[in-house]
Amino acid sequence: MTYQPQKDFGTPESRSDETVSLTIDGRNITVPAGTSVMRAAAEQGTSIPKLCATDSVKSYGSCRLCLVEIDGRRGTPASCTTPVEPGMVVRTQTPQLAKLRKGVMELYISDHPLDCLTCAANGDCELQDQAGAVGLRDVRYDVQATHLGQEKDHSNPYFDFDPSKCIACSRCIRACDEVQGTLALTMEGRGWDSKISAGLASDNFLGSECVSCGACVQACPTATLVEKKVVEVGTPERSVVTTCAYCGVGCTFRAEMRGEQLVRMVPYKDGKANRGHSCVKGRFAWGYAQHQERILKPMIRKSISDPWREVEWDEAFAYTASELKRISEKYGRNALGGITSSRCTNEETFLVQKLVRAGFGNNNVDTCARVCHSPTGYGLKTTFGTSAGTQDFDSVEDSDVILIIGANPTDGHPVFASRMKRRLRGQDGRPGAKLIVIDPRRTDIVRSPHIEAQHHLPLRPGTNVAVLTAMAHVIVTEGLANEAFIRERCDWDEYSHWAEFVSQARNSPENLQPVTLVDAEELRAAARLYATGGNGAIYYGLGVTEHSQGSSTVMAIANLAMATGNIGRRGVGVNPLRGQNNVQGACDMGSFPHELAGYRHISDNAARSLFENDWGVTLNPEPGLRIPNMLDAAVDGVFKALYCQGEDILQSDPNTAHVSAGLAAMECVIVHDLFLNETANYAHIFLPGSTFLEKNGTFTNAERRIQPVRKVMTPMNGLEDWEVTQKLAQAMGLDWNYSHPSEIMDEIARLTPTFAGVSFARLDEVGSLQWPVNADAPDGSPIMHIDGFVRGKGKFVVTDYVPTDEKTGPRFPLLLTTGRILSQYNVGAQTRRTENVAWHPEDLLEIHPVDAEDRGVKSGDWVKLASRAGETTLRANVTDRVAPGVVYTTFHHAVTQANVVTTDYSDWATNCPEYKVTAVQISASNGPTEWQEEYEALSARSRRVETGIAAE
Amino acid sequence: MNSVERLIHMANQIATNLATDSAPVAAVADHIQAFWDPRMKKMIIAHGTDGLSPVAAAAISLLADAQNGG
Repeated sequence: MTYQPQKDFGTPESRSDETVSLTIDGRNITVPAGTSVMRAAAEQGTSIPKLCATDSVKSYGSCRLCLVEIDGRRGTPASCTTPVEPGMVVRTQTPQLAKLRKGVMELYISDHPLDCLTCAANGDCELQDQAGAVGLRDVRYDVQATHLGQEKDHSNPYFDFDPSKCIACSRCIRACDEVQGTLALTMEGRGWDSKISAGLASDNFLGSECVSCGACVQACPTATLVEKKVVEVGTPERSVVTTCAYCGVGCTFRAEMRGEQLVRMVPYKDGKANRGHSCVKGRFAWGYAQHQERILKPMIRKSISDPWREVEWDEAFAYTASELKRISEKYGRNALGGITSSRCTNEETFLVQKLVRAGFGNNNVDTCARVCHSPTGYGLKTTFGTSAGTQDFDSVEDSDVILIIGANPTDGHPVFASRMKRRLRGQDGRPGAKLIVIDPRRTDIVRSPHIEAQHHLPLRPGTNVAVLTAMAHVIVTEGLANEAFIRERCDWDEYSHWAEFVSQARNSPENLQPVTLVDAEELRAAARLYATGGNGAIYYGLGVTEHSQGSSTVMAIANLAMATGNIGRRGVGVNPLRGQNNVQGACDMGSFPHELAGYRHISDNAARSLFENDWGVTLNPEPGLRIPNMLDAAVDGVFKALYCQGEDILQSDPNTAHVSAGLAAMECVIVHDLFLNETANYAHIFLPGSTFLEKNGTFTNAERRIQPVRKVMTPMNGLEDWEVTQKLAQAMGLDWNYSHPSEIMDEIARLTPTFAGVSFARLDEVGSLQWPVNADAPDGSPIMHIDGFVRGKGKFVVTDYVPTDEKTGPRFPLLLTTGRILSQYNVGAQTRRTENVAWHPEDLLEIHPVDAEDRGVKSGDWVKLASRAGETTLRANVTDRVAPGVVYTTFHHAVTQANVVTTDYSDWATNCPEYKVTAVQISASNGPTEWQEEYEALSARSRRVETGIAAE
Repeated sequence: MNSVERLIHMANQIATNLATDSAPVAAVADHIQAFWDPRMKKMIIAHGTDGLSPVAAAAISLLADAQNGG
């Protein structure tokens, strides 16, 4: 389609159920009460000139361009600030209005550069459009003083700020306040001296608190705030709606293109997950897609000590198939396995697990969700009957109490965090929701502009279950449980057993305080608030799951929600915030070794025979190996070949030394990725991957929303990832003939009851669907467990606190916990290859001032971080954000390799690694560790590519 | 930890966490049956009960009986 900007209705939508009828320019229209005259006009297709209004922020009434005449009213009110009234008669075009608007525009233009032809926003500028709309032909003022010629701020890597083009409409400030909730921008000075400023006058955009979400750029009606890429390339000529490939929020974007060149990613207003908002990653950090380090040709080598040799695709597939066959014949078919990725589409993931089950002939398939949200799958399936969150994101608008545990949404899930913050701030006279944060760190959401948690429980890492059991103790013993809900929806005997357990004196907050380090009174107050504060919603992340009791913690959360009746309607629920874009989808698609698509156990004869009949094979009824089990089996010499699509297990999985030993013991490691990642150092075959811009498919976000991913450019490597897997399967003799990912989705729908009503055609029609989508819920299921739990009765599970085996002691007295930061993503393979490094060029170790002083460490010092598993060096950041005794770092940089330090202790039920608790010691350092030096040398050796041309 | 030691650790961990179940031995056996691959099951059965907690040991015996057609 040709380029069209997204329609702007001028003011936000009214949610009122009441309607009002009025007449605008002789035409009748009925709109919800509370709608502005401007929006009502826009909805009937009448465009009232405007500058300071845009529908992402509240009306402001400053530009005086949107004036209208209303029968019976004196003067010319601003249509953006005037709500509709029954019977109102409005005129938007009269000679009087034209004269007024022309006068206003003339004043604006008198202080605006007339460089339209060379301006980056030429053709996409609201000021230009409005000057045309009001018929401005001449500027009569002989202006002596102007705001022209001011210095531009180029500091942000993605957008420029040119104050000379600013019309002081404040749209950027209001977008930062209302949409993003960072409040980084302000209007400095008054009257003639008014100027947009990021933070203090001495700050530039990069140095300010701006998080580069792009909301201000989106809101700016001129070229004052404009993407550098638009400056460089020009305005887009077409757009395609697609889904972001970063976190589990799953924002919908318009990829705005010139030919096959991506000009910008613009958040899509109709995107149901993001509602028109974005973060620095999705909006700007897509430069990796064309990064020079992308590998575009397949490569093979006999040994990891050899250099890589580039080959054509046909040779790569034939060689890969022959190696897999050789190993299968020599060591048995159980020596093969595969890993699917949460960064890949549902269709790609489905094909990889199908290749393993039907092609390799075993169930040795796992997904990176193993190392993040596998406990969610186990815990929520056990208690509720479904391995997924219960709500849609919109639900947060009806929450009265928000409980965040083990999640850092402003960094990990920033677009949803903005929606959450909007609810926490309150709006239009409605008080904000109350906030409880359970986290060892004082994360940004605990205290930020206009947000303050009522209760922050800074627990000792590893004691989540104890804290949640203590909260349950308070709720039950103080008579706050919702017994009516429990009797109706849950198994009463199981509840009674659980209630008896949590009521024991040993589970009281006071008794557990020495273990959890959480103040008992504060914990009691938090429990009371959650139980009695109205709609209570729990949001959690990897701070819950990545523990030796990750699954128990998920079940403890479910217990709390059931005990208080906070399930089955808007505003409540249990919501896992998924780390990567398609964690939910990868799990749904049967990536776990014990489960077929739709969470049916492989030993379930009925489910298995459904797949057997469809695929024409016999499937093994026994579960296969999970990722850590694969590595153990490799070290034991019985697991020899791995197909790893879109994952970098060497960097992301715990205890790097063990991972590398496992990989080194294999005879055929196949890495299918964009870059020569760390795992590829141990690979024998490299199959180049395609980016989310180069392929079709679907991602499923944290709210179970299945969303289209659309190809906007030709794959630089020549093949979409699903095609690579299909061609590999064909080379192995499998009769696969998909011509488009829609056919893969048709197969998924055919074999998976919760996806029965999903198809690409349906997704094109409605934009997205939240599973289950079936005969009972043809339009999907925004909220689950409305009339009862999927499993029948909700199951209370006793979760006794069991301390981790990872203990601090004299040698390792501190607890390390790991996480992520806003500007970087996962192992950093994508974001490190973008300008986002401007914000986070290296992993830092956060350490409390007391612990730092004890060790003579200052901010910026190099320190050695050592655990029982290994040691690395990085620089320190001394901060009281972490509690004494706790240190924290991120794992975004391969140079640091934080996972050299983490251990291979794991969740009891799922083997999800215990990333969040490692006993460590910190000491001064003057250089990289032996491991880091050896690894750097290995990487350099391993990434050599043969450059010689073979003789004919 | 070598692989057998890890399996012992895992079995004990499962037993500890399912200790409050109404039938812990069966629950542990069911869990291992549902989530461990056949080689892991064989290894722990072959290893015997050394280092296993009483509940874990009983669960492994139960699994062994089931595998032997008992």
